[in-house]
Amino acid sequence: MAGKLLLEVITPEHLLLSKQVDEVIAPGTDGEFGVLPGHAAFLTTLKIGELQYKIGDTWSYMAVLWGYAEVNPTKVTILAEIAEKAENINVERAAQKVAEAEQRLQTGGLPSDLKEAQISLEKARLRKKIAERTRR
Amino acid sequence: MPSLQSLRRKITSVKNTQKITKAMKMVAAAKLKRAQDRILSARPYAHKMREILANLSRRVNRSAHPLLQKRTGNKIEILVVTSDRGLCGGFNTNIVRKAVETLREHEGHGHKVAVSLVGRKSRDFFRRRNWALRQQWTEVFDKLSFEHALDIGQDLTEHFVKGTFDELYVIYNEFKSAIQQRVIVERLFPIEALETDGTAAATLGGSYEYEPDEEELLEALLPKHFQIQAYRILLESSAAEQGARMAAMDGATRNAGELIKKVTLHYNKTRQTAITKELMDIVGGAEALK
Repeated sequence: MAGKLLLEVITPEHLLLSKQVDEVIAPGTDGEFGVLPGHAAFLTTLKIGELQYKIGDTWSYMAVLWGYAEVNPTKVTILAEIAEKAENINVERAAQKVAEAEQRLQTGGLPSDLKEAQISLEKARLRKKIAERTRR
Repeated sequence: MPSLQSLRRKITSVKNTQKITKAMKMVAAAKLKRAQDRILSARPYAHKMREILANLSRRVNRSAHPLLQKRTGNKIEILVVTSDRGLCGGFNTNIVRKAVETLREHEGHGHKVAVSLVGRKSRDFFRRRNWALRQQWTEVFDKLSFEHALDIGQDLTEHFVKGTFDELYVIYNEFKSAIQQRVIVERLFPIEALETDGTAAATLGGSYEYEPDEEELLEALLPKHFQIQAYRILLESSAAEQGARMAAMDGATRNAGELIKKVTLHYNKTRQTAITKELMDIVGGAEALK
């Protein structure tokens, strides 16, 4: 093992996570990417998606909504607009949000409203998925 | 000797002043708490952002994006960040003094200087001076939000790209602790490249790969960077301001207390003297009647 990666997740509100991890999978705009220690340096934007990281043999999950990731051989920095740890997400609330957003999409309206609804649906689905994953 | 009545009036007036300063101190303390929480939680993000940018600008070609360029021109702009309100000790004076110093220094080097302002107090000062004022933002601290930073960030990036200035320095108070502020002069434009020696550069690897492509990424990242930095600076200043005000008002309350003590003592002495004098008169009168 080539050592560990320092994973830092930072949002405008606070430093959410700073840990030594073995592997990171993050949602880049051009698709998910995995990072192992020693990865070549690169910089990418993030979309709405799931951030996964492995410490030892256990995987942990986190929701990230937009942002940037900087990858260095020994360090991954995630600057997210919004990020939530799976254990902090309320499943019921997330499920409710999914339903709300779906309904909004169905009732229709201005294109800008629809787009907004689409985004919030995506956000809500993601939250729900991640929260359910840790439940199991 | 002042009359008893005027002394009484003086005591009441100082007591009232003390009440006000005490109340202002309380208000500042409450606001400080909120401002402090905000800056402390915003700092990591802003610092990380700067780190990434510093790292980035070392690797990429500076001509890759207009916001990255480093021009050799001599147009300097100073962004002076003060508060909107006074009564906060040396908070604004320190900033203004440093600003004038910096301006003179750059003028001495033959640079062309201009000033932009945040806060009413710096406006009051620079309005009467001969430096060119480019832009001013006032009344931002009452309800400080990211919108203000957005506004400032946009204005600055726009003018940097247009070539209104080649370098921009920000002068603001950094929040060190509730009772300590530090005057900071920080260069915002052009972006400072990370200083690294050979070994550090080796471990960091060569150039970046980008996803999506370089242009798109820089386009998203750079304007954001300046907004975030502007936001951080505003938050720093606002927390520092409340800290300074709290300290200043605490001092004022204490001084008022001392003054009250002194005047009260004087008042009592005067009253005593008056009573004694009256007694002497009565005794003297009674003697004369015998």
